[in-house]
Amino acid sequence: MNRKFFSSPALLLLPSILAIGFVIIIPLLFSFYTSFTSYKLTRPDSLYNFVGLRNYERLIDNVKFWAAFGRTILFLAVVLNLELLFGLGIALLINKITWGQRTLRTIMMFPMMFSPILVGFQWKYIFNDNIGLLNNFLYLFGYESAIPWLIDKYLAMGSIMIAEIWANTSIFAILLLAGLLGIPRDPIEAARVDGCNSWQVFKNITLPFLMPFIFIALTIRSLDVGRAYDIVHIMTGGGPAMRTELLWTMIARIGYKDANMGFANAMSYVSIILSIAFTYYFFTKLVAARRELGQQ
Amino acid sequence: MKQIKKISFWFLVMFLLILICMPGIWIFVSAFRPNPEILAKPANWIPDRWTIHQFTQMFSINGYVSVPAFKYLMNSVIISSVSTVIAITIGMMGGYAFARFNFKGKNKIFLGLMLARAVPGISLSLPLFILFAKIGIINTSFGVILVYVAMNVPFTIWLTDGFFRQIPKEMSEVARTDGCTRLQAFWNVELPLAGPGIGAAAIFAFLLSWNEYALASIITRTVHSKTLPIGMMDYLDEFTINWAGMCAIAVVMIVPAVILTFIVQKHLVSGLTFGGVKG
Repeated sequence: MNRKFFSSPALLLLPSILAIGFVIIIPLLFSFYTSFTSYKLTRPDSLYNFVGLRNYERLIDNVKFWAAFGRTILFLAVVLNLELLFGLGIALLINKITWGQRTLRTIMMFPMMFSPILVGFQWKYIFNDNIGLLNNFLYLFGYESAIPWLIDKYLAMGSIMIAEIWANTSIFAILLLAGLLGIPRDPIEAARVDGCNSWQVFKNITLPFLMPFIFIALTIRSLDVGRAYDIVHIMTGGGPAMRTELLWTMIARIGYKDANMGFANAMSYVSIILSIAFTYYFFTKLVAARRELGQQ
Repeated sequence: MKQIKKISFWFLVMFLLILICMPGIWIFVSAFRPNPEILAKPANWIPDRWTIHQFTQMFSINGYVSVPAFKYLMNSVIISSVSTVIAITIGMMGGYAFARFNFKGKNKIFLGLMLARAVPGISLSLPLFILFAKIGIINTSFGVILVYVAMNVPFTIWLTDGFFRQIPKEMSEVARTDGCTRLQAFWNVELPLAGPGIGAAAIFAFLLSWNEYALASIITRTVHSKTLPIGMMDYLDEFTINWAGMCAIAVVMIVPAVILTFIVQKHLVSGLTFGGVKG
């Protein structure tokens, strides 16, 4: 314990590290331990019943788990790509507007303020087969048989994706628009004089400049992907017949409904590693991007 | 040709606006409609009559409480405010350390903090539920506040780090050669300059606590500590849903969030992009 150790940055960081240590690190170590036991909430003494890797072995053999895992990956792949694409499109669109741009930008932030649970409820209401806005709208055009958006096994997943995309596209749009507004005019004009068309300008000047902003947006998003749980939880609860079951809803079901904490913790470790790998990847890209931004 | 392009451009913008605003507007309208009108088939697009029935019931002006929304609102306000103040205070200290000092493993610690934040709420809730029950802080505001502080600290550090970096180091150095201590220089020079940015970080933290569901749904059990997002589920029965009631509580949740976001939107963007752009 030399004096160097207690230099001010260590002291300044201490409260943060204590808070995170108590609420995140210690519980995670504890859940790591429980994932090697047969702990059930209904039988407290089973906390000390060490079963080795059995929970993880059960996981590997569990078809439902792999289905949920695959579905989660698919969900994230589709949702994140579309959010990025739409966000970029919206940012380019709004960047072209000269009149009322600030107002539009503010309106665009609207979905960001919605709690995920609220987003879920809102789309549950819109997609409701009986009284939902969407079916009522289709009714106007003579489409009188109610479409079971959240009950049909294929439509349900699509409906959830739409809700998720509605909620999170604006983060991409806002950050990419900030990037677009910062692009210097000169290189674009020079390129135009040299005879580049719009696509070439976009590909060779705009997009490279936007890359850091894309990684900022992806990093911020990757911190929160687990919040999709809220949306799925309220919209379908993983149904119909587990067709929309993602890793997170499955963890909640097995942990709290079945009270099988050991198994649920083994599963949640997979989801934690997934999230962390995800964030780590984008974060390393971000650090590079940050260096690039700093140079300008 | 140019005319067509212009018209289709504005058509696209309008379509976008409708897509963004319509769901929220529909919730808002539904909150002030009587339930039979919501259930009408074919749909009743323009409300025949407006009612604040759901709100009076929620806030028990009639003395009859279906869902104790006022208590939930109070819990939400207290939990979000207290956790925000604490998270901002300790997060700001951390952000200052990252912006102003060079120390061993700096980038690794920063990365570690961010990764801690990436743990999905529902996965974290399993061990928290067991541990909090064991030490007896389950179903207390204190427990929820503790969790939200830890959830908000990493992001606050990220944002405030960026804001402190924008302030030239020399300003604090000048103050210190004039005889200020580091703390005085921070208090009198750097904090006022970073003020708006810290305000934005605070509102970001507030909104995260205000909107959080997965963890609170496990830690809070009764009216004693339930927040609004959890209370909202009171309207959701197994087979029937009180749509108007849910819309009303949704309005209660969203209005403060909208106001707060509008106040800070400019600083939010510049904070997230490390001040690389002017907002």
